[in-house]
Amino acid sequence: MTAMKSGLGLGASLACALSVMAAAPVHAQEMEKCFGVSLAGENDCAAGPGTTCAGTSKVDFQGNAWTLVPAGTCAEIEVPAAADGSMRAGALEALDRDIPA
Amino acid sequence: MPSHPEFAGSFAEGLRTAALPPGAVFCDGDADLRFAVYRNNVSHSLSEALGQRFPVIRRLVGDPFFAALGRVYSETHRPRTPVLLDWGDSFPDFLAGFAPLAGYPYMRDVARLEWARGRAYHAADAAPLDPAAVAGADPSRLVLTLHPSVQVLQFGAAALTIWRQNQPGADAAQRIPSGDQFALVLRDRSLAVQVHEISQGDLILVEHLATGATLHAAAELAQWADPGHAPQTVLVLLMQAGGFIHPPES
Amino acid sequence: MTHLPSGVGVGFKSAHFEAIRASARQMDFFEIHAENYMGAGGVPHAQLTALREDHAISLHGVGLSIGGPGPLDRDHLERLRALCLRYQPESFSEHLAWSSHGTEYLNDLLPLPYTPETLALVCDHIDEVQEALGRRMLLENPSTYLMFEQSSIEETAFLREIVRRTGCGLLLDVNNVFVSAANQQRDPRAYLADFPVEAVGEIHLGGHDEDHLPGGALLIDTHGSPVAEPVWTLFAEVIARIGACPVLVEWDNDVPEWPVLQAEAARARSVLNAAGHRHALAS
Repeated sequence: MTAMKSGLGLGASLACALSVMAAAPVHAQEMEKCFGVSLAGENDCAAGPGTTCAGTSKVDFQGNAWTLVPAGTCAEIEVPAAADGSMRAGALEALDRDIPA
Repeated sequence: MPSHPEFAGSFAEGLRTAALPPGAVFCDGDADLRFAVYRNNVSHSLSEALGQRFPVIRRLVGDPFFAALGRVYSETHRPRTPVLLDWGDSFPDFLAGFAPLAGYPYMRDVARLEWARGRAYHAADAAPLDPAAVAGADPSRLVLTLHPSVQVLQFGAAALTIWRQNQPGADAAQRIPSGDQFALVLRDRSLAVQVHEISQGDLILVEHLATGATLHAAAELAQWADPGHAPQTVLVLLMQAGGFIHPPES
Repeated sequence: MTHLPSGVGVGFKSAHFEAIRASARQMDFFEIHAENYMGAGGVPHAQLTALREDHAISLHGVGLSIGGPGPLDRDHLERLRALCLRYQPESFSEHLAWSSHGTEYLNDLLPLPYTPETLALVCDHIDEVQEALGRRMLLENPSTYLMFEQSSIEETAFLREIVRRTGCGLLLDVNNVFVSAANQQRDPRAYLADFPVEAVGEIHLGGHDEDHLPGGALLIDTHGSPVAEPVWTLFAEVIARIGACPVLVEWDNDVPEWPVLQAEAARARSVLNAAGHRHALAS
């Protein structure tokens, strides 16, 4: 396909696209506003869970070792090996890690 | 007696180390446990805020892992302003460099998608373009202005599929495709944030529209990179959702 | 210092927006956390704009760090100024606490020792806020979990002197009074007797949690449950003393369905009404 032909074909398809865009329904003001939930952490002035949550565990705060393994839905996700052969290696071992103070 | 700057500096340091700030007293000697309330508040509130911003990452790694992850991130990347809705921009890159997640290369891209959604949610308001304005326009002269919420992203792993599978009520049995994925994120006319899978050509088209290219130039560049690319689908989608706005007054 | 109506409001939560719009107007005002409306646009501003149309608004800052050692964050002050200009809230309030250190925001209301040095700092900061916003502000008494031996001034005297020097008003959080007094093993009534009530422009009520430590009970200001009975009692005593004023019910964690919050607000209103009735009989 020559550059000329490509340009002509593109021009025609854009002209067509513009006419569809101009005619497409937009559900503008008639649509009831539908507010979703907040998508960000919110500020408030309340206190957290006191002294009893894991936040005060010495291990976590002093960073002796990182012993947690991700155990949510990621455990069930099989990523195709073709994407990256090394993908899952090492993920299931507990890693020693100093948490920067 | 410590000056107030010395006191606050020691207090802020103690939030990480558990060392009591100077002068902390409690009659029965359990001042360290009472100081722990503040340490918990800081750590827990920041981790919770991060979890609200990145709910799919939390779901992927599980609550206990996320709580610990959030603590590490919040201690090494404190918010720089009191506006928490702006906090977390470095979280995707942090995940990519976080050794315990080295085997999950899609985490960074899933987090990028969640961050983009939050940005779209809070983006500036702008009145959508009247569709009639483009009727009969000359594509080689037409410059379309994108709504501030419009973003396009390219993912090296199947982040979009993984994100979808982790939405409430989604079907997790879907196969994970290999290869790149491309996403369009925007806030629609009803203020809802939409996520669409698009093609590589769509992404290039939108990127060039964002830099002020004419519609024809942007579509030509898209076809160059993605032969056979047909621009109509993404253009109509953007128009219907309110993704084009009136150009700023010049 | 405040133009809020004497009546009852609640802390606005985005999740309640539809329920509020669907119910008949029952709240005298809503309070919002300023920082949650510092994004550029979208749902938060659309909701607040709609709410503002038929309700008084109290703008409550949680991040200005008025009790911090450093200078106030000018950018943050400018964001607050922009919000005040846009929404013209009937009141602006902040806390006697600090929350930023250097360039780090710590997202909690941290305590300060009460000394001549911190008194001067806090007063300078309040002067700066009032000048930037062009209005008098209310300062809220904190919930505290620690005391400091370098403190040389009682909190009530500290607040009274701030009011005298800056002309600001006070936001009396009755739950905070109860929480702090319990944590310090002191009498909340003694605190309230010494509180400069003439400067009170708003009252806060909220729920707290109770924990137990070797040294005694530890109360935590969680805003995650109904207002506790002893706090209702203290609140009624305060109202009997000062008369009706703007009263806010806060609920930030485990936010309940709208009717639960409405019921808390209705109880606060009944206390105000009872006091109003008594005042009417006395005059």
